Amino acid sequence: MNSILVTNEVTKHFGSYTALNKVSLEIPKNSIYGLLGPNGAGKTTLIRIINQITFPDSGSVIFDGEPLAPHHIATIGYLPEERGLYKSMKVGEQAVYLARLKGLSKLEAKKRLKFWFDRLDIGDWWNKKIQELSKGMAQKIQFIVTVLHEPKLLIFDEPFSGFDPINANLIKDEILRLRDQGTSIIFSTHRMESVEELCEYIALIHESEKILDGKLTDIKKEYKNNRFAIGLSTPHGETLQQQLYSKFDVSDFDFNPNESQMNFTVQLPSDDSKGLLHYLTTLGNINHFEEKIPSANEIFIRTIQNKSIHE
Amino acid sequence: MSKLPLIIKREYLAKVRNKSFIIMTFLSPILMVGMVVLIAYLTSLNDSEKKAVAVLNESNFFTADFTTTDDVAYFRFFNLDLQQSKDSVERMGYSGLLHIPDSDSLEAVAKNAYFYSKDAPSSILLDRLESVFQDRLREKKLHDLGVSSQDFARVKSKFEINTATYSGQQNIKGINEIKAGIGGAFGYLIMMFIIIYGGFVMRSVIEEKTSRIIEVIISSVKPFQLMLGKIIGTAMAGVTQFAIWIVSAGLLFVVVLSFLDLDMGTLTAGQDMLKGAAGEMAPSIPSVSKTVNLYTNEVLKIPFMMLATFFLIYFVLGYLIYSSIYAAIGAAVDNETDTQQFIFPIILPLMLAIYVGFFSVFSNPHGPIAVGFSLFPLTSPIVMMMRLPEGIGEGGVPLWEVLTSITLLIGTFIGIVWLAAKIYRVGILMYGKKPSYKDLYKWLKY
Repeated sequence: MNSILVTNEVTKHFGSYTALNKVSLEIPKNSIYGLLGPNGAGKTTLIRIINQITFPDSGSVIFDGEPLAPHHIATIGYLPEERGLYKSMKVGEQAVYLARLKGLSKLEAKKRLKFWFDRLDIGDWWNKKIQELSKGMAQKIQFIVTVLHEPKLLIFDEPFSGFDPINANLIKDEILRLRDQGTSIIFSTHRMESVEELCEYIALIHESEKILDGKLTDIKKEYKNNRFAIGLSTPHGETLQQQLYSKFDVSDFDFNPNESQMNFTVQLPSDDSKGLLHYLTTLGNINHFEEKIPSANEIFIRTIQNKSIHE
Repeated sequence: MSKLPLIIKREYLAKVRNKSFIIMTFLSPILMVGMVVLIAYLTSLNDSEKKAVAVLNESNFFTADFTTTDDVAYFRFFNLDLQQSKDSVERMGYSGLLHIPDSDSLEAVAKNAYFYSKDAPSSILLDRLESVFQDRLREKKLHDLGVSSQDFARVKSKFEINTATYSGQQNIKGINEIKAGIGGAFGYLIMMFIIIYGGFVMRSVIEEKTSRIIEVIISSVKPFQLMLGKIIGTAMAGVTQFAIWIVSAGLLFVVVLSFLDLDMGTLTAGQDMLKGAAGEMAPSIPSVSKTVNLYTNEVLKIPFMMLATFFLIYFVLGYLIYSSIYAAIGAAVDNETDTQQFIFPIILPLMLAIYVGFFSVFSNPHGPIAVGFSLFPLTSPIVMMMRLPEGIGEGGVPLWEVLTSITLLIGTFIGIVWLAAKIYRVGILMYGKKPSYKDLYKWLKY
């Protein structure tokens, strides 16, 4: 069994509003899975179904080979987008309480908390109340509480909101380390740039439906369309420009005569990059040659546009 | 359900460690006692002020009637006219001037008498003055009729009718009121507890919503467990508060008694004396001691064990019903100011129960209103508690009524908790929108 979680045609209505429409996903073990989509697409509803906070109207969810059941709660860690802690409760006491709700014993919870507090260097916060901490500090506690019971599946909903860049990096490293230790991670966000560096797999959710899913590299391969960004060092920019325009589909042309530098983008009809490169070597020194791989954001926008055209 | 005790414990500790809870627990009895002392002190101040009244008597009557008493001092004016008297009274700061003009008969004199004062006089002072006139007038009328005042005193008589049930059991006047009073105290206690601690439950739910911890918690436990844990934990904090009050009141009593050690000695001595005296006097005034005995017997006959048991049943069921509604309201809103529109319909039946209970149970504990409200589940915990001191069965509340009200209460409890849990489950995840009743109805179907 390679999937930690499988959803089969999960559908959820709120009154007359359809929050999820037959969403089927397969989330592989030991990887980071990006759940992408704009606000209101249905990501949070899907996550709440996985956490058994709400239940689907139809469809099924399989967790680690078994139908999702209440006892799985102890093996899932969830960091909601709308998150917080009891303001007037002490940090240590609160962390122990939340850990015990996830099924840890008091002793075990304290032991693991000590480890994490030392690791993130926040040991002296134990007897402080949450209201005495800054927002970023509270977020660290929140993160620890989420991962403390060593869940098989971790679900992060917009994990980096509320963190400053330094702490965001710290948390990102912790997430990667947890994946390396064998944890499966679902990462839900509407900010595509954080997806590129973290996610191995993605699914796009739009208007309650899944419109795309798979391995990020495969999707990118599928969506790349033989566009190349080229930089040439040559003094004859003007003459070459006409030559290039007659031979290729050129765009973004830019020539700087002072530095004899020419930059442009070429759209090839096929993936004959070898032929292109061969031709370019006859023109001058190539200092830049790169295939333009679409970003997740571009893929997302294109998919949604295609979809609305087809409708 | 192994997580329920954890939740109860947290809710309980969160409540009792709260500063305002601690302050309220220890401060409110002091405030209460202080208030009583203050009111008593102020009242005594008010009363102790002796009123000074000038009397300008131009008649031959009432020459010896206005004599200074504990609360009114009379000063006689002679050889002054009315205007002069008024002026001097005002200058001297007296409460007022009583002017008794001359006339040929007592009635005419009384009729033309006037009381002048700067402000409208207090009713107590007027009572004093009027009673002087009344006494004189009555005396004169009696004299005219040829009745001596001794004879008149003998004419006065008092009569109370004896009552009994068909089985011959003596009824005593006022015992129904005493019983309803005891039951009313229980009912009032239930109402206060529901309003105060129901409010705590609601605020605690709102706090979890505004601090955004709610979704973290319900990814670990079922919303229903959280709601139940909250309701039970808060109730336990309330019971703790009551226990502290009862114990500290008891301690205070002991301390006060030990301070007044001497007085206690006299008290016991006095009691002994009373006992002795009662023993001696018993034969001489049999009717009085018989009535007293009847009252004590009747009060002792109130089944306190049964009352305590039913108090527990009605208290628990009533509290659970109302506090789960409070929890649902807390879940539905984002902040406390939005709760008003939903709270009013909850307070209404509670208030209705107390007032209707007091009026109808006092006047007729078996009347249709009293019976109806003691069966209706939203009012029965309070109204039935008012009726129960009469006992169950013959002469008291019919057994079927008690059973019916408890059955209805349990049924309502299940129904309401089910509905409240549904609203709660949806509401805790809803932010930013002030819901209407229509929204709540929609949530029931999610």
